[in-house]
Amino acid sequence: MAEAPKMRPPIESGCPDPFQYMHPLMIKNFGNWAYHDRPRPGVLHHVAKSGDEIWSIRCGTQRQLGPYEINLLCDIIDKFGEGYVRFTIRSNMEIMVSKKEKVEPLIHALEDAGYPVGGTGNSVTMISHTQGWLHCDIPGTDASGVVKALMDDLHEEFKKEDMPNRVHITTSCCQINCGGQGDIAINVQHTKPPKINHDLVANVCERPSVVARCPVAAIRPAIVNGKPSLEVDEKKCICCGACYPPCPPMQINDPEHSKLAIWVGGKNSNARSKPMFHKLVAAGVPNNPPRWPEAGDIVKNILRVYKKDAKDWERVGDWVERIGWPRFFELTGLPFTKFHVDNWRGSRYTLNASAHIRF
Amino acid sequence: MAEMKKPKNPEKHSTYLPLDQKKSSKPFHKTPLLDQLESGPWPSFVTGLKRLALNNDMMVDLLGQLEHSYKTRKGYWKGGTVSVFGYGGGIIPRFSEVASMFPESKEFHTLRVQPPAGNHYTTDMLRKLSDSWNKWGSGLIAFHGQTGNIMFIGTTSEKTQHFFDEINEYGWDLGGAGPCVRTGMSCVGAARCEQSCANEPKIHRLLVNDFLDDMHRPALPYKFKFKVSGCPNDCMNSIQRADFSVIGTWRDDMKVDQKEVKAFVKSKSRKYVIDNVVARCPTQALSLNDDDTLAVDNRNCVRCMHCINVMTKALSPGDDKGVTILVGGKRTLKIGDLFGTVIVPFMKLETEEDYDKLRELSHNIIDFWAENGLEHERCGEMIDRIGLSNFLEGIGLEVDPNMITHPRTTSYFRSDDWDQEAAKWVQRKAAG
Repeated sequence: MAEAPKMRPPIESGCPDPFQYMHPLMIKNFGNWAYHDRPRPGVLHHVAKSGDEIWSIRCGTQRQLGPYEINLLCDIIDKFGEGYVRFTIRSNMEIMVSKKEKVEPLIHALEDAGYPVGGTGNSVTMISHTQGWLHCDIPGTDASGVVKALMDDLHEEFKKEDMPNRVHITTSCCQINCGGQGDIAINVQHTKPPKINHDLVANVCERPSVVARCPVAAIRPAIVNGKPSLEVDEKKCICCGACYPPCPPMQINDPEHSKLAIWVGGKNSNARSKPMFHKLVAAGVPNNPPRWPEAGDIVKNILRVYKKDAKDWERVGDWVERIGWPRFFELTGLPFTKFHVDNWRGSRYTLNASAHIRF
Repeated sequence: MAEMKKPKNPEKHSTYLPLDQKKSSKPFHKTPLLDQLESGPWPSFVTGLKRLALNNDMMVDLLGQLEHSYKTRKGYWKGGTVSVFGYGGGIIPRFSEVASMFPESKEFHTLRVQPPAGNHYTTDMLRKLSDSWNKWGSGLIAFHGQTGNIMFIGTTSEKTQHFFDEINEYGWDLGGAGPCVRTGMSCVGAARCEQSCANEPKIHRLLVNDFLDDMHRPALPYKFKFKVSGCPNDCMNSIQRADFSVIGTWRDDMKVDQKEVKAFVKSKSRKYVIDNVVARCPTQALSLNDDDTLAVDNRNCVRCMHCINVMTKALSPGDDKGVTILVGGKRTLKIGDLFGTVIVPFMKLETEEDYDKLRELSHNIIDFWAENGLEHERCGEMIDRIGLSNFLEGIGLEVDPNMITHPRTTSYFRSDDWDQEAAKWVQRKAAG
């Protein structure tokens, strides 16, 4: 028997130690910071108990970076910063410097290279997003494109801190919602049951696990054209698309009928209120590349109303809790429909069981 | 849409695209839809993809396929099985369904690589990673994916192993993909944030690096995510996105620098402080005194962080720090959105014995779930199915009223062992 080629065993080193890449002032003052402020949008200023100060300049990027962008940004960081950088959860870069005099030149260098500085405090920060048509196997839409189009429009809000509180927008290219909870979320919404290619099901799909994936028990095994396949009770089907990943012949994406839905009021933080999930406010929005103008208009309208009506420190969700949903739909002009009324398990808790009505 | 400013130095700008320097052999596909995403002030990923395509035929066809998706409004990637020697996961395989039209990008796999806790990099390391990926892959890197991985996007099955071998030698390891422990996330925390109540990188690495076998060889019911936030602002979104959420907190009094409170009132006005600090406290635990100092009812403070966020200089967390642990957060499939549930209201993390307790708890939870979870059932869904009390019994924790919003309202339940259970509570209270 021929000897198998010798393979290199992996080094299972796991998550790397961050201290080897950390700014020296962050190592020195680890766990001993006193307070912070924001001298201007896009800049965080942290003061340690030792008296040390560090400035972090935050800039937006296109998230997917190639060698040109990485070298361009690293050249700027080496020349105007101190060689240390970190990324936020929303794909913004934070470049740390130990001297106040370095802040303005660094900002200019980043902006001169086309990278906006902002995304701090009460701004509309970078939209957290998914892979979409670039790489996902089940996307109903693109992700980077929606984000690029919207951030072009919200560019000024990224660079300013003019909102009542921070605004986290997310996008997701299917209802699994990998983009996460957001003050405003733009997610694909399927509107038709899957179209099944019965010729392929038997060879491609493990049928019992597909049946088990359906949250409403609408899928059952069936023989179609003499071949083992699956069928969907279309009246029961909620078009969630859960059957598509384990069984790609159950195509849920539909160029004509896959729409976008807009959700508001998600909040991750425990500040003031407990964390909140986002809630549906609009659906049936066209999935319209390359710039998705209809979705953008709804988002911009919600932001305009929020900016005008919310009080300081109210996140979108806090604001709607105060003014109530009837007022939200009145102020935004969005239609309220039977589809906004939740009918999932436990949903009666989302109904108004009181005489609390605003007039 | 705002217009883009004309670059001062066009060769050092996100819009730079030297078409006259094209080295790839394949001509560009026509991309009229994607081209519309090259204008506007935000850095354009399309220009970035085109720059890569100047040197790389794979990216020429990738752009062609992406344009095809924009035109037909459909995705064309399917999964498969690709891994590196010794591992069963960590790679997202992608094979094109339209490879006949775009053959050069027929394989376009992503490697998920774990970033350092807190996402810190030196420019040297970023350049090094970029060079390795440019050598073995498309050159395109996403910092970071939604689970927290560095996503090295686009290479063939063969080059996957070469790239991994190269970066693994200088300290980088694959993350999770599939039914396994996933890449963890932790905030910047103690490295730069005065609100941090924990050693986030230590917790993050202690938990995740203890489960590397369960990460690299997927064999759990479904995914399992650890996320660590240093304070209840929960910048890592752990309550909504982590199966195991660790959140820094404190149990003594929060710290108030009354001199700074007075200075804040003076600079912002009393009305501002009453409207935006006192009135926004969710448990009415704050009151502004007549002399512009702040009274705090610490027994009723729920550590929401709001007042500390507003008055960063005057207010800060207390000294007796530790963590709250919640289990079972996840998004929508299959039974609907689930927040994490408190299972440990407070745990001190100072000594190595304390950290061992945290490690033991994580093992108990994953072992119990691996044993009792159904296929494709997240930990939170299992808890929903079997009830929190059964879960707690399974992992050896006692009930605590901090775990609930309010006691049961349904009157139908069996209370056979009421006296014994009540006695346990009395005993625990007596033991302190």
